[in-house]
Amino acid sequence: MAVIAEPVAAQVKRSSLWTRAFESRNFLGAMFMVPAIAILILFLAYPLALGFWLGMTDTKIGGVGRFIGFQNFVSLSKDSVFWLSVFNTIFYTVFASIVKFAIGLYLALLLNERLPFKSMVRAIVLLPFVVPTVLSAIAFWWIYDSQFSIISWVLIKAGILTHYIDFLGDPWNARWSVVLANIWRGVPFVAITLLAGLQTISPSLYEAANLDGATNMQRFRHITLPMLSPIIAVVMTFSVLMTFTDFQLIYTITRGGPINATHLMATLSFQRAITGGNLGEGAAISNAMIPFLVAAILLSFFGLQRSRWQQGGRD
Amino acid sequence: MTTVDDQSVGMDYLESFPKKFLRVYLPLGLIIFFLLFPFYWMAVTTFKPDAEMYDYEKYNPFLIAHPTLEHIKKLFFDTDYPLWMWNTVIVSVSSTFISLFASVCAAYAIERLRYTGSRYIGLAIFLGYLVPPSILFIPLAAIVFQLGLFDGNLALILTYPTFLIPFCTWLLMGYFRTIPYELEECALIDGATRLQILVKITLPLSLPGVISAGIFAFTLSWNEFIYALTFISSSENKTIPVGAITELVNGDVYHWGALMAAALTGSVPVVILYSFFVEYYVSAMTGAVKE
Repeated sequence: MAVIAEPVAAQVKRSSLWTRAFESRNFLGAMFMVPAIAILILFLAYPLALGFWLGMTDTKIGGVGRFIGFQNFVSLSKDSVFWLSVFNTIFYTVFASIVKFAIGLYLALLLNERLPFKSMVRAIVLLPFVVPTVLSAIAFWWIYDSQFSIISWVLIKAGILTHYIDFLGDPWNARWSVVLANIWRGVPFVAITLLAGLQTISPSLYEAANLDGATNMQRFRHITLPMLSPIIAVVMTFSVLMTFTDFQLIYTITRGGPINATHLMATLSFQRAITGGNLGEGAAISNAMIPFLVAAILLSFFGLQRSRWQQGGRD
Repeated sequence: MTTVDDQSVGMDYLESFPKKFLRVYLPLGLIIFFLLFPFYWMAVTTFKPDAEMYDYEKYNPFLIAHPTLEHIKKLFFDTDYPLWMWNTVIVSVSSTFISLFASVCAAYAIERLRYTGSRYIGLAIFLGYLVPPSILFIPLAAIVFQLGLFDGNLALILTYPTFLIPFCTWLLMGYFRTIPYELEECALIDGATRLQILVKITLPLSLPGVISAGIFAFTLSWNEFIYALTFISSSENKTIPVGAITELVNGDVYHWGALMAAALTGSVPVVILYSFFVEYYVSAMTGAVKE
């Protein structure tokens, strides 16, 4: 990065400390940072630290808690509902992310073809991501209704089923139903960002491969995938983080039911902390999510470093 | 970064239509059907009278025999929906402007003033972007309560920037980086202050970036749910997503018509805004990922 030339104004005679301060890069920089840093410290860094502290206290809503060390974590480790929520979160994240990636990449490749009305198609594809999640989740809730589900109705009319599916009443049905809703919501993000990555791959690479007689599959395997892998890593990290900490879809469609079968760690911490009033215990549950998030971020970070290094770039 | 729109290899005119139909149009059509169906279903339910909604034998559920505005009327006149809409607008607009102001200043300082340690601050702000609201809402609830902001618009206006500022700053840093230094140096020689440079040179040149960040920030705050659910308790202070999910369901009686009407009318403003600024929105979304 080029170094800024020292401002030429430096030779001008300084009249006071005040004007001199305004020419100092560090002082000015600090002034410009004030609004952002003030908000981020008060409402991001401080709560993050407070969250760690709350997780080690027995604070109730409206009361002052006292320090109890790792007591919350000890009681959570014996709590079967907590472990169920951990299982659900991992299940939800793994299956939703895999399918989102597969459909997203496929959709991105399709959108990268020569198509009529390409930009309009792309705008339409992104709609599920734009519309407020809670509001589209309400639509899914209605689609999964036990008596008036349109999916069941169509399947019965087609002669595939004989009775209505109990989408949200049965634990496994409910788990797959929320995974499907999450896939619906996440595919556009994956597809459009991967499409942006695809469009930066130079066509001359494909031309060269064509001249060498590469098949479609070989072109995909040896040009598209390697060129796309850095952006895939970033997109999937974001996608995994958003899925792992998801709250809105579950809270709207099932509220964690039936019998806690779809509770994620985020919804369980809300239920314990806000609905139940045990702020300390809820904070401990959200803190338990942090190791997973850090692991996901580090994994993709080091993956990226490695692929950059392999391609001969400096880190 | 070069964008190549047409990367076809130049021989696909040889591909026959039926083959391309099977390979491209059919799967594309199926995926788009899957992505759009919930919206269709939302719209159909909104305008369907109750009698048709619960009778699939007599009426085809995919069509509306007698369209009605009854659900929308009920929503607007029998519930606090207009207030929720108003709150959502106020909160989204204010938090977007606060975030844009703070981010423009911060991004300019990090990219252009390059004060000591600006690289690390930039990195720290990006890390802030990775902190999800679902691990912040419990301690934030305690803070909001202590500050006496509980159950008011201000609680949301001040907390939404926590996820908007990192995003906007990161995006704007990318845009500011593309503006040549020489322009600023010229202005410095002519005696402009840093503030003048920011307002008269950097900002106008990076207007597309500011619009992208603003549009994206606005839709993010319009969609926000977990903070609004936690920090707001009385009906007249709720935002649309929270109001719809908490106030339109009485016990076991779901007013599906009104719920779908709320979902539809709550989505329309962001969709309209989005349709005007698709390119900006997409560049904000992909820009944040591409670094």
